[in-house]
Amino acid sequence: MNEFAGNQLPIEIIYLVASALFILSLKWMSSPTTARHGVWAGELGMLLAIAGTLLHHGMVDYKWIAIALVLGTIIGVPLGRVQMTAVPQRTALSHAFGALCVTLVGTAEFYLRSPDISRFMMAVLSMEVILGSLTFTGSLMAAGKLQEILPQRPLTYKGQNLVNFLLLAVAVVLAVYLVLHPEARQLYPFMLVIALAFGVLLVIPIGGADMPTVISLLNAYAGLSAAAMGFVLNNKLLIVAGALDGSSGLILSVIMSKAMNRSFTNVLFGAFGQVQAAAAGAQEAKQVRSATAEEAAAILSAANKVVIVPGYGMAVAQAQHKVRELYDALSKRGVDVRFAIHPVAGRMPGHMNVLLAEADIPYDRLMDMDDINSDFPQTDVALVIGANDVTNPAARTDTSSPIFGMPILDVDKAHTVMVIKRGMSPGFAGIDNPLYYLDNTLMLFGDAKAFVGSIVRELTGGGGHS
Amino acid sequence: MSGSIVINGLFIFMLAGFIGFEVIRRVSPLLHTPLMSLTNALDAIAVVGAIVLVGEHKSTLSTILGTIAVIAATSNIVGGFLITDRMLKMFKSSRPATKS
Repeated sequence: MNEFAGNQLPIEIIYLVASALFILSLKWMSSPTTARHGVWAGELGMLLAIAGTLLHHGMVDYKWIAIALVLGTIIGVPLGRVQMTAVPQRTALSHAFGALCVTLVGTAEFYLRSPDISRFMMAVLSMEVILGSLTFTGSLMAAGKLQEILPQRPLTYKGQNLVNFLLLAVAVVLAVYLVLHPEARQLYPFMLVIALAFGVLLVIPIGGADMPTVISLLNAYAGLSAAAMGFVLNNKLLIVAGALDGSSGLILSVIMSKAMNRSFTNVLFGAFGQVQAAAAGAQEAKQVRSATAEEAAAILSAANKVVIVPGYGMAVAQAQHKVRELYDALSKRGVDVRFAIHPVAGRMPGHMNVLLAEADIPYDRLMDMDDINSDFPQTDVALVIGANDVTNPAARTDTSSPIFGMPILDVDKAHTVMVIKRGMSPGFAGIDNPLYYLDNTLMLFGDAKAFVGSIVRELTGGGGHS
Repeated sequence: MSGSIVINGLFIFMLAGFIGFEVIRRVSPLLHTPLMSLTNALDAIAVVGAIVLVGEHKSTLSTILGTIAVIAATSNIVGGFLITDRMLKMFKSSRPATKS
């Protein structure tokens, strides 16, 4: 094996071990009981890989590496300590950082190697840089929208898809030209800038409710660009990590798009935000029944089985800790309380689970949509907190509804439905929800946190044991 | 020579992709958020490419770009592992006290 120069053989062996640790790390994520071992395996693999890389034979200067590692740690620690409600924007930001790293390395490699670069390498490098830069700006846009620095509403204009498509086409044409003529270095910056602009335009038309799909897709792009970088650098560990990350993002994108009833190609080609501005429809004066906290508490304490359906509104109102108090108060009275989590509830995959786990609600009480839907007919009370479209029965019955066909939580089948809502304004998608006008539905008007708080007071203060 | 490197790479990519699909398909939806922050941290292994770029010091441009790349990737590694562990620590099973 004398083809390995210097320390290359031990480094390759370390990378092999690190790859195995990365795979184990993801394997252990399958269950909450082993998941923390997964983090440790990942950390160990990462540490080994970085230490091994420092042995690389061509190294002449360690000063800037050390400075960069320290600076990165200084930036990374606060990013690891953000509030749980801020996890979606933190995740988007970290996709941006990952993509930035890949894009910069790709750019540096291009200027070091061109024009002596094989066609295949140039093709992979172009893919790395185009994917990396569009993921960089796209993720920054997504993070800005989630942090509400940028408007959450989709920004659309006529011919948007055509403009986006043309931009991407120009970037690809430039890439092809560079593959054929790698000496045309002056074209490289144009390819880079166009891909960066494409990332911005790709995410502009996307609204907040579509964020789970977008974040998953950007995750997949980030993984694929890292794998492409692995090809350029002939680094097998990078190919493995990129492929793992890419497949993870792809799987999550597929789950999210199924949960929103979009075809996967529809999502892949960036046709987000198409479901919007449904005609407000015939606004005949439909009657809703409302109830007070006192009445709601009486119904809840008389129930045997309660299912709570949280949505993004719960996160916005920061109501998860009050929800936990409600869970405690009801459990104490012998009520069976569970939570029904729709895959796209919140702003990223699994967002609601993290918020409820933070509020100390045991994870075996958190039910996936497929596991709980058949239980709604035997449920006494379904309590909807800050969720709207994912409970809309029109998705099952009304073929004219923009969300027709989207899998929903069948809360309308519960004996009583209670919906905590600020007012009668329609949800994000602008679609009226027939659930609110059903005979078995009670509207609880008010702020989610305040209303749940007053239900808890009724339950613990008025009668019973506390 | 270059051709065999490409084919080797493609084999590795294909196999790792299949492993990824099979392993990640089994992750409970409960843990999708920590899964994403973990894969994000693992993906920051791109730092090794950036470290070599800085260490070899082949040109001023490559050193500058590489240094920024190392900073970006390191912040993902540190932040990603930290927050994943913090999230996973919060997932607790129901205690007997809450069930009675």
